[in-house]
Amino acid sequence: MTDLTELGVKAIRDGVAAGDFSAREVAEAFNANVEAAQQALNAFIVATPEKAIEAASAVDAARAKGEALGKMAGVPIGMKDLFATKGVQTTAASHILEGFVPEYESTVSANLWKAGAGMLGKLNLDQFAMGSSNETSYFGNVISPWRKAGSNAALAPGGSSGGSSAAIAARLCPAATGTDTGGSIRQPAAFVGISGIKPTYGRCSRWGVVAFASSLDQAGPMARDVTDCAIMLEAMAGFDPKDSTSLNLPVPQWEAGLNADLRGKKVGIPREYRMDGTDPEILASWDRGIEWLKDAGAEIVDVSLPHTKYALPAYYIVAPAEASSNLARYDGVRYGLRDLPEGAGLQDMYAATRAAGFGDEVKRRIMIGTYVLSAGFYDAYYNQAQRVRTLIANDFKAAFELCDVILAPTTPTASFPLGDKVDDPLAMYLNDVFAVPASLAGLPAMSVPWGLNSDGLPLGLQIIGRAFDEQGVLNAGLAIESRAMFNAKPEKWW
Amino acid sequence: MSVTHETVAKIANLARIRMDDAEIAKLVPEFNNILAWVEQLGEVDTSGVEPMTAVIENHLRLRDDVIDADPLTGGGVRDAVLANAPAAEHGFFGVPKVIE
Repeated sequence: MTDLTELGVKAIRDGVAAGDFSAREVAEAFNANVEAAQQALNAFIVATPEKAIEAASAVDAARAKGEALGKMAGVPIGMKDLFATKGVQTTAASHILEGFVPEYESTVSANLWKAGAGMLGKLNLDQFAMGSSNETSYFGNVISPWRKAGSNAALAPGGSSGGSSAAIAARLCPAATGTDTGGSIRQPAAFVGISGIKPTYGRCSRWGVVAFASSLDQAGPMARDVTDCAIMLEAMAGFDPKDSTSLNLPVPQWEAGLNADLRGKKVGIPREYRMDGTDPEILASWDRGIEWLKDAGAEIVDVSLPHTKYALPAYYIVAPAEASSNLARYDGVRYGLRDLPEGAGLQDMYAATRAAGFGDEVKRRIMIGTYVLSAGFYDAYYNQAQRVRTLIANDFKAAFELCDVILAPTTPTASFPLGDKVDDPLAMYLNDVFAVPASLAGLPAMSVPWGLNSDGLPLGLQIIGRAFDEQGVLNAGLAIESRAMFNAKPEKWW
Repeated sequence: MSVTHETVAKIANLARIRMDDAEIAKLVPEFNNILAWVEQLGEVDTSGVEPMTAVIENHLRLRDDVIDADPLTGGGVRDAVLANAPAAEHGFFGVPKVIE
């Protein structure tokens, strides 16, 4: 019998529907993999095998009765621990939320359960989704299942959705939710050789998602291939009156619309992304991607995004500013940790609680955000960054007059060893240099696997599309996927 | 523009994060590195450019003026609201005494 954990979303859904295997068998197989890998990879904060079995049993029962099955029926998934799950601890990988058990379910996770998916557990991440290597979690680092050829050094699975990326690559789940504020779906997907799409801002409800930077945060699926991402995005997306920035638009049938024929499409190559110091292998992978899209029938056009170099500094003003405001809610009063020193008043309790509950990177960003919003600096920093953000969005608008999608690298390097950049915040931030511009403009963007570099590590290619054109992004992704023929997986050592 | 130990201490106080002198001393150079880097935004000519307020054009909606139209965000859920409070008493959030 086939190893069920080698199957993706579509294969599981179709196999369960056809009766080739039961949803329960699938859930049991993945539960076993989750348990066996936990010690070595630390991808999950909490495993919920009983939830996976419960959802699978419901799907098997529905099938037995001949009822219609949902889009994700029988597919067990990992849930990034940033989504509130009723009755299951939700921490954002922080000490300040340790023990927090939501009384409600996030809209995105509720949509997935309604579509027949089940939960294998809550996935580890960078604390409050702040990080690019999954080294800021209070619950320990996630270890990438990948290793450099000839080395046993622990590598970063990317961040912030590092538990999601590691778990999918290691076959602990066929798919997982991610969230992307400045690259947190695409960069980890690229680091482990999987696919992930951040849809247009507003496609997926933010209700019940622990907030980091509200004008940027957007949920999306991570899975082994483009088709699986399309299926899962359909299940996650949709208008939600409880999120004031939710898009009131019907959810397109992305899976049915998949088409890798790019004849008549124009692909833009942004010249500013050819940066000094970029790994030559990354540039070579980009050139190869251009050839693939030509082969798929697309016309390649040169485009310019002149404000690219300012995207990252603008992001590191806007995101911390919003974070400092959002994270003000952690006060030791309503939920989460309370640290009340002997004889302390209310203000001392706030300060002690936040000192004990937040990790170093979270404190650093709250502090930067507080500074750039403080009296006398607001205009010079925050307003200037928001003006630059307008210019970046305008750059994309102008580029999309000339092309339908943009092709770029996802990251400037392959995965790096854990510990390499922890003492240098700026070096860590630079890892998102290619991912952040699309986030600032709210555009759909995805990473698909390209192949392995000379160290045997995965690299990804990024496709950025017009607002609302997830279909164009997925189709270009599919065109790359069908030419890259990426089927490498990490050699099992855990 | 570079920040001093005193400025970082003031920011920590505004952010309500208790920090001792050693922690502040460690943050000062990090802060200055990050600020020096973001200050390159000053090179960009933004005259006549509006600061972004919404990344995707959207309208703020008004919901129907109906009580508890959505039970998830409606009222009457006191115990659920208090369920995760570190010190809930008599149906209220408990805090240390604020009046001396």
